Amino acid sequence: MTLAADEPATPVAPAPAGDAVVFASRDEYHDTVAELRASGFEMCADLCAVDYLSHPGRRVPAGVAPERFEVVVNLLSLSAKRRVRVRLQVPEADPSVETLFDLYPGTEAMEREAYDMHGIVFVGHPDLTRILMPEDWEGHPLRKDYGVGRVPVQFKEAPGPR
Amino acid sequence: MSDNDRFISRVPSRPWSSTETSEGSQELLPASSSGALDRSVASVLRLPEGAVDSGQIDIERSDETMIINMGPQHPSTHGVLRLMLELEGETVLRTKPVVGYLHTGMEKTGEELTYVQGATNVTRMDYLSPLHNELVFSLATEALLGVELPARAVWIRMLMCELNRVSSHLMWMATNGMDLGSTSMMIYGFRERELVLEFFQKTTGLRMNHNYIRPGGVAADLPDGWEDDIEIICDTVLARTYEYDELLTGQPIFRERTEAVGNITAETAVALSATGPILRSTGVPWDLRRAMPYLAYDQVEFDVIVGTYGDNFDRYSIRLNEIRESIRIIRQVLERMPLGDYRIQDAKVTPPPRRRIDESMEALIHHFKIFTEGFRVPEGEVYVAVESPRGELGCYLVSDGTSKPYRMHIRGPSFVNLQTLAPMLRGGLIADAVAIISSVDPVMGEVDR
Repeated sequence: MTLAADEPATPVAPAPAGDAVVFASRDEYHDTVAELRASGFEMCADLCAVDYLSHPGRRVPAGVAPERFEVVVNLLSLSAKRRVRVRLQVPEADPSVETLFDLYPGTEAMEREAYDMHGIVFVGHPDLTRILMPEDWEGHPLRKDYGVGRVPVQFKEAPGPR
Repeated sequence: MSDNDRFISRVPSRPWSSTETSEGSQELLPASSSGALDRSVASVLRLPEGAVDSGQIDIERSDETMIINMGPQHPSTHGVLRLMLELEGETVLRTKPVVGYLHTGMEKTGEELTYVQGATNVTRMDYLSPLHNELVFSLATEALLGVELPARAVWIRMLMCELNRVSSHLMWMATNGMDLGSTSMMIYGFRERELVLEFFQKTTGLRMNHNYIRPGGVAADLPDGWEDDIEIICDTVLARTYEYDELLTGQPIFRERTEAVGNITAETAVALSATGPILRSTGVPWDLRRAMPYLAYDQVEFDVIVGTYGDNFDRYSIRLNEIRESIRIIRQVLERMPLGDYRIQDAKVTPPPRRRIDESMEALIHHFKIFTEGFRVPEGEVYVAVESPRGELGCYLVSDGTSKPYRMHIRGPSFVNLQTLAPMLRGGLIADAVAIISSVDPVMGEVDR
């Protein structure tokens, strides 16, 4: 798979830093990443989620419908010394995407973090539990509708946050 | 607890009910029925079939396994890392790192701070290499702003970052020595690190958490006579690294404790996204300073140190020799430090000098605006990565055009590298676990952020 703009299926937008950006739909997300992996991107450097709730008017290429959440995967090719960024729109109503664990086992902790912080469900992940917050925490702190400064000091017997 | 129970919503009426601890149900799930260690879905050993060559480890699985908790309050876990180890006798089978004890929501905090204030936040993540955190945040902001720095600012950054690499690796040498029972090494490592920290204090005002590298340059020029200080640091630390050689490298006890302990293959390291000394110890010459140069690393000479076997000894050698390579870079910076500004002269990004405030109304206004409202950053997203002492430190920054980041995600190398603990510990002795944890060099402030 090439990353040139002659591919109508996956719109490509130039990023400020010069990394190639691939917008994938949810159906072809796993296949796109698998193709990229086969084309030499051996490592998944980073995976994170962004909540665009309060910034709906962001720039996306034509043909991509912006959704509330976005999962951003940064792939790295050690041999070609280049990066590619896969951006995936995830709707609020069904925040679930396929896991990349079978392609890149290193995404295990990153997907758990995205689940913990944004509530994105990674279907097929072997152990999708909270990683940074306590197991029984309510809500997903990095969502934009999760307030700051409401949580009292954490003692065992302290009253709940709300 | 059965598998099904895990997916039942466990939301109590209060987050901290008296019947449950706040640690919740973190536990090792049952091992997979197939018996193959790699494919057990119950721990971080969940490497999918075929993705990774796990090596041949002869462990007869029996029912006589024991699960012990190590940490989070264990002196050798370098902070509050908790490991659940499944043991058979003295042999470690599976490992599950449990993190989050130091989670302070720094990414959320970063969304509430302006770009001017942001560096004070990120510098507290990896507290052993604070300047690299500031650097990656500043580089990301500058990439969005589209500004170009004066040469002196770039070279000052490079000087400070390499000094920081030296101090971080010295700290690692100290704690690693301590973990292996060499308390002399601990004293020596801290002693040399103090030299570097004193220079940091002289330059930035603080020993740690400097807020020195800021979007637009650095906070202050180097102090008078900095060349002499750097000379002393370089000469002293370089001479001392050869003393460490005598103390540790050739010592039979040290070699027995480190050689062929905590092995990892290049395939596993790449599959688990490991970077930094862990990846280099397997023989992959991947160093962002060389592979994707930032600052002015393409203009200085240095070697990328790689290992062969991917064991603890390789990681030790890599860090020891990286101290020497960093000193080599520092010496080149010393010779070639350009003159000029240490920050860009853009009144919208850089506050005016203190003396201008007394005489110019505009300077006062700019100063006030920058420190209250901050500067606006054009809309966009950017991912920037630098080579921190622990590996690829990345920053994914999303701007919505205001003066605060819309989303700031830090890719902490320790967070990702911790995943390599499970394959490294597997099949080894529990007595070596401490040494292996140490060789990963996790900084929990960065893991939990």
